[in-house]
Amino acid sequence: MTDAPPPADGASTEAPSAGRAQSRRSPRDVNEHGERRVSSGFGRYLLKHAGGAAVSLLLVLFSSFFIFRLIAGDPIDQLTKERPVSPEQRAAMRAELGLDQPLWQQFWDYIAGTLTMDLGESFQYRRPIFDLIVERLPATLLLSGTGMVLAVVLGFWIGTRSGWKQGSRFDRGHVATGLVLYSAPTFWLGMIVILVFARYLGLFPVNGMRSPSTPPDFWSQAVDIGYHLVLPVLTYTAVVYAGYLMIMRSSILDEIGSDYLTTARAKGLRDDEVRQKHAVPNALLPTVTLVFLALGSVVNGSIVTETVFSWPGLGTLFVNSIFYPDRPVLQALFVLFSSSTILAVLCAEILYWFIDPRIRRS
Amino acid sequence: MTATNALSPRALRRARRRQSLSRSWAAYRSQKTGMWGLVLLGAIVVLAIATPVLIDASALSVTQATGGRMAPPSAEYPLGTDETGRSVLALTLWGSRLSLVIGLTATVVAIVIGTAVGVTSGHIGGWYGWIALRLSDWFMVLPSLVVAIALLAVLGRSMATTITVIALVSWPGTTRLVRAQTLTVQSRPYLERAKALGAGHWHQMTKHILPNVLPLVLASATLLVPSAILMESSLAWLGLGDPGVVSWGSILNRASENGAVSAHAWWYLLPPGLAILLVVLAFMLCGRALEAVFNPRLRGES
Repeated sequence: MTDAPPPADGASTEAPSAGRAQSRRSPRDVNEHGERRVSSGFGRYLLKHAGGAAVSLLLVLFSSFFIFRLIAGDPIDQLTKERPVSPEQRAAMRAELGLDQPLWQQFWDYIAGTLTMDLGESFQYRRPIFDLIVERLPATLLLSGTGMVLAVVLGFWIGTRSGWKQGSRFDRGHVATGLVLYSAPTFWLGMIVILVFARYLGLFPVNGMRSPSTPPDFWSQAVDIGYHLVLPVLTYTAVVYAGYLMIMRSSILDEIGSDYLTTARAKGLRDDEVRQKHAVPNALLPTVTLVFLALGSVVNGSIVTETVFSWPGLGTLFVNSIFYPDRPVLQALFVLFSSSTILAVLCAEILYWFIDPRIRRS
Repeated sequence: MTATNALSPRALRRARRRQSLSRSWAAYRSQKTGMWGLVLLGAIVVLAIATPVLIDASALSVTQATGGRMAPPSAEYPLGTDETGRSVLALTLWGSRLSLVIGLTATVVAIVIGTAVGVTSGHIGGWYGWIALRLSDWFMVLPSLVVAIALLAVLGRSMATTITVIALVSWPGTTRLVRAQTLTVQSRPYLERAKALGAGHWHQMTKHILPNVLPLVLASATLLVPSAILMESSLAWLGLGDPGVVSWGSILNRASENGAVSAHAWWYLLPPGLAILLVVLAFMLCGRALEAVFNPRLRGES
């Protein structure tokens, strides 16, 4: 469950100051015909939320500096774990890492470096962290992207039917299955999946993303990666889909007593048509934003799954860096993972403006 | 004058509380899945408390282990042994204590922080309320596992840090819930009456707002425990748990580090994992039932 998308509540970012903004509206917002300009409403909305996201991002940078530079102590001690080093060597290393500078100078260098994509060098790989991230990002996106699409489709499909026939055998069976899978720890489910499908049955590879023996041409590689992808995606989807199922189900339940459904039935529409053409579009509104909110977890949501399957993505890099300890990598990934969710929330808020007319009116 | 006949305010309050409690219990009892969760949870807790009586703590010692290396289940070891020859059954039973203690403690800490911040920010409002709201929003958006891993990586591994870190990533949900409920209660006439009679902030918050907020907090706490337990097991499995203690996550960490999967040692993998699953499921069933009882919006739904 730790791989699940972030909780839904982040979506309900309200627009409480809208009323106040209205009263402060200056004459500039009214054009010569006395009509209010519609675009300024969106501009204001966008500015407010983008500003909030920018502050959140700055807070992330600040806290990552705080956690990894101030709480964590001197990195030189960790870099020189078992080797005896002379004071001169230590001083040279400090200078190389910029630790001889005053604290505010270090902080400034760090902020400037992060903003210009200069994330420093990894202790364990001796390579620029930016290159490492670029190299490993596709594997992560492939695994959690595929898993998330499957989870959303599966969850919405089952959730719609479950909610529509509440209390039926279909409903009870799927809610029970979903809850049990949701309760299973991801890493354990992964281990069991490997034990059964890879070890006992020998159907799929145990771990990794490709076999060294595969010919280098595109199609053989694609098939090989797809083959390696099956078990990790299965695990990821199994844990995550129940969340979408429950959300879609309760969203359908909210709609089910509505008058417009009775009207649709009175028109003589078949049950399937009432569901697909009338109930589902309305029930989708609150759930689609949740999917956008969960987009951040495409980058950071598969840490545990990747680790179980030794999938060469960002999550494995993060976990391996804990024990080296490769602090620059941890710090960079902490910032990347956190900012991806912040940006996903911003996307969801922007989308909300377009799909929910109530926000525009307020 | 006898207090019972005149019904002093205190007695009246007690009687009302008892009444509403029995009403809630009746509503809870009518939910079959919730009752199943409660029974399951009761069984697990009793087992966890009784473990020291059933199995001596020496069963956890690596040096006193008598079994073979990753031996399959036998009469002497009903669930087989681990890589040092300890009984997996003993490990799982002892592990339950730690997993439950960490999950419950972290939840209590998170709930106390969340409720305090939620009530005060909703009641006092102003600059303080705004900052508290933004801060909890910010914490809520951050990916909790990432934050927990980062903090444990620099703070070092111990039970106390695990609990602190889990509490730190779990409080904002409660804050949001409590704050929203506080704002609803605030606008009710009886609070206006209390204010007109000269009630101070402390009195308003503790005597009027808090009792109204607590039932919802109880429901959300019951749903926080399973996520805390899952978080603890994930962290321990990644190797970030307290190295000196046995929890379900740390058992599975040792299992995967010692190649239990490639050794096909299913008896080593299944018990701790199933235990986590059952506890989490029990809490979720109870929490969903409580939510249906206390959350008016959900009332009427199964």
